[in-house]
Amino acid sequence: MTAHTSSLSSGVAAVSSAARVSVEAPCGRLSLRARGDLSALEGALGLALPRKVGGRAAAGELQALCLGPDEWMLHAPLAAVSGLVEACAGVYGALPHSLVDVSGREVSFQISGPRAAELLTLGCARDIDTIAVGEGRRTLFDGSTVILWRDAADSFRMDVWNSFASHLLHLLEVGVRELAAEAL
Amino acid sequence: MLLIHCPYCSETLPEVEFTYAGEAHIVRPETPSAQSDADWEGFLFLRSNVRGPHYERWRHLHGCGRYFNAVRDTVSDKFLTTYKAGEPRPDLSTLTVTQK
Repeated sequence: MTAHTSSLSSGVAAVSSAARVSVEAPCGRLSLRARGDLSALEGALGLALPRKVGGRAAAGELQALCLGPDEWMLHAPLAAVSGLVEACAGVYGALPHSLVDVSGREVSFQISGPRAAELLTLGCARDIDTIAVGEGRRTLFDGSTVILWRDAADSFRMDVWNSFASHLLHLLEVGVRELAAEAL
Repeated sequence: MLLIHCPYCSETLPEVEFTYAGEAHIVRPETPSAQSDADWEGFLFLRSNVRGPHYERWRHLHGCGRYFNAVRDTVSDKFLTTYKAGEPRPDLSTLTVTQK
């Protein structure tokens, strides 16, 4: 288990009539790389890994997002991480892979509200609407790599590396205020 | 801003998600110890520097993380096609239609 090192405390960071940005409580994060027949790993995780880049799958509280052809990000409760690591270590002989606990590396923001997708255009060059509800992508937000999870048409999660978190949170706070000022 | 089609994501995405990685189809010699200094010079430093359609490597760094190959016209900066790493060089005569 890597220690959670974010200096941000969880809770609502900014809210207006346009959007709401909050910092989520720490969660378990695992970076998975594997190729070939994934059935042994899927058995150990108890989850069918999505094969399409951007696709997601969930089993209970375990969530998987396909980042690349052989790369996944897994989110799970902190208490479940050691069990998942052990279960996957058990199938290492059958399918060599890389599973790294990166729980301490990132912090997640929850971005929701009627103009949440518009708020993301503040730092993201790609068309947000190409990310379907229930999918996710790794992309670039104001110069730093982030993972965007789209949970609903107006609800996103953004995984950000700790060292960029305070900068991006500040940018989002300004954006939340700007969009609300525009609406007046 | 250029829009580049990633053959692994099957999406056309903004240039800022990608990084350029030099000329494509430069093959590392199979027997390095048998190479002369001139051979190494060619492998390491000498590039075609074409004016027109150029075979080059790109990486979808802030996305799927994959290297892939592209054909880009160095005069117009238009991408003719992109294809997965390891696939054969596409025939230029078939690339008349400009891909975004």
